[in-house]
Amino acid sequence: MVKNITTSKIKHNEIVKAESKNLNFFYADGTQALKNVNLPVYENKITALIGPSGCGKSTFLRSFNRMHDLYPGNRYEGQIILHPDNTNILLPGVDPIEVRMRISMVFQKPNPFPKSVYENVAYGLRVRGESNKRTLDEKVEEALKGASLWSEVKDRLQDLAFNLSGGQQQRLCIARALATEPEIMLFDEPTSALDPIATMNIEELMSELKQKLSILIVTHNMQQAARISDYTAYMYLGELVEYDATNQIFTNPSKKETEDYITGKFG
Amino acid sequence: MATQRKSTGVKNLDSIRKIIARHKRHDFLFASLGTLVIASLTITLLILFLDLVIDGYPQFTLDFFTNFPSRHAARAGILSAWVGSSLVLIVTFLVAVPLGVAAGIYLEEYAKKNWFSDLIEINVSNLAGVPSIIYGLLALGLFVYSFGLGQSILTAGLTLALLMLPIVIVSTREAIRAIPVHIREAAYAVGATKWQVCHNHVIQYSYGGILTGVIIGMARAIGETAPVITIGALTFIAFLPPSPIGLEPPFINFEWLKAGFTVLPIQMFNWISRPQHAFHINAAATGAVIIMLTLVMNGFAIKLRYNIRKKIKW
Repeated sequence: MVKNITTSKIKHNEIVKAESKNLNFFYADGTQALKNVNLPVYENKITALIGPSGCGKSTFLRSFNRMHDLYPGNRYEGQIILHPDNTNILLPGVDPIEVRMRISMVFQKPNPFPKSVYENVAYGLRVRGESNKRTLDEKVEEALKGASLWSEVKDRLQDLAFNLSGGQQQRLCIARALATEPEIMLFDEPTSALDPIATMNIEELMSELKQKLSILIVTHNMQQAARISDYTAYMYLGELVEYDATNQIFTNPSKKETEDYITGKFG
Repeated sequence: MATQRKSTGVKNLDSIRKIIARHKRHDFLFASLGTLVIASLTITLLILFLDLVIDGYPQFTLDFFTNFPSRHAARAGILSAWVGSSLVLIVTFLVAVPLGVAAGIYLEEYAKKNWFSDLIEINVSNLAGVPSIIYGLLALGLFVYSFGLGQSILTAGLTLALLMLPIVIVSTREAIRAIPVHIREAAYAVGATKWQVCHNHVIQYSYGGILTGVIIGMARAIGETAPVITIGALTFIAFLPPSPIGLEPPFINFEWLKAGFTVLPIQMFNWISRPQHAFHINAAATGAVIIMLTLVMNGFAIKLRYNIRKKIKW
């Protein structure tokens, strides 16, 4: 990887893990949800996307694992370059399944499968053809520990995942996304359905996870973005209004719109 | 001032209560109408069923199930009919379920949504409403004459399978649609292919709904008469088809598929068309058996659906 650093842009001595270049996105009905978005995602950093409902932040996030490909008629323009191999993951020739194997996702509502705790975490590995019981056991344990859930579920791995609490279910979904050792993890408002304590657990977890991977998170909660992220992007009406280090954005935004949104005058 | 305020408050409360009372009358009206309709339907079915049971009561003996039909009403039984019905249903099940489930999954998960898939969808729904005699005529032309399958159990099974197919397809699609989008997206997000999503998730979670549709389709097939008559089922049959399972290798044979046969509703039809009253008793008993079978199958389907719903809540 060190060799490839030269091909990645370096800013603040940090490595760009992925970046969108002139990204436009059109839904099947023709509405343009993203307009010329240019945004880097730095390695081992948390990048937060904020903005009012309908500003395109979720649409942007879901472009990173080609989730829009599941529904016919959606169209991307521009590039999302994944480093260090410089793959444009939006190219039609790039299999979305390959992209999803490198970039995993945690959704807004905890969405475990109606299977056991163990099978939920093991599923990503099974999809990759892993069937060795010992390897699976090890990786499931590792992922559950990584999602700080192991101590709570180690005696009930065969229980149905639905029997866990909401916060535990969301951490289970993080474990599921973690088990496959992704390069980037996408979070789509991961705590909006959770109580404050579960939210705090997940925020702590994300700060730990960034040691291992890069995180892109959409959040409605500005305090959350301020607490956990290293970089923040403010989006409005499908456009990227401002992007900077989180400190900068929250203390000294360069654009009036950003300031209005952050101070609650708008949005 | 204060008292005046209080009085207007009470007045408002009275008018609110009046509005609620009026609206509740609508609830009551609709609920009683619904109860009335349901009750009259249930009672009608119950009376019909009891009538059959009372008429056929003298024939409810073990002999009735183990005897072949006979010229002597009292000695006549439904052995060949229930064996025939069972064998036909086995063929129907083996053909309609894999085809119908596969078609349902294909239409829901794989087919591109365009005018062509809309056309297929409309036609599948229409097929469920086509009169069964039409299926009988189609089968007569296709299976009996063109394919030369004869007036056999195989032909009858295939015919009823055609009849059951739309029911299985529609219920498969309904069951698949009930799976929430976020579960499907979760599976795709970890890198599953379409087939992995179908195989590991869609089929497993829609299993209950599919099975319910299958059982309801089978319950319909068991009572179908017209198409089976059209393809030329025998009405009087005093032998059994060769057994599908043998004692000598290869243990399984397929001779029975080519055998002539009769089914329960035809046996009933045959007896009811005789002038002697004694045969009408047999017909009533057969009718009661068919209704019992249908009720048991539908009851089983409901129980199954209930159990699976209890296990998987979204």
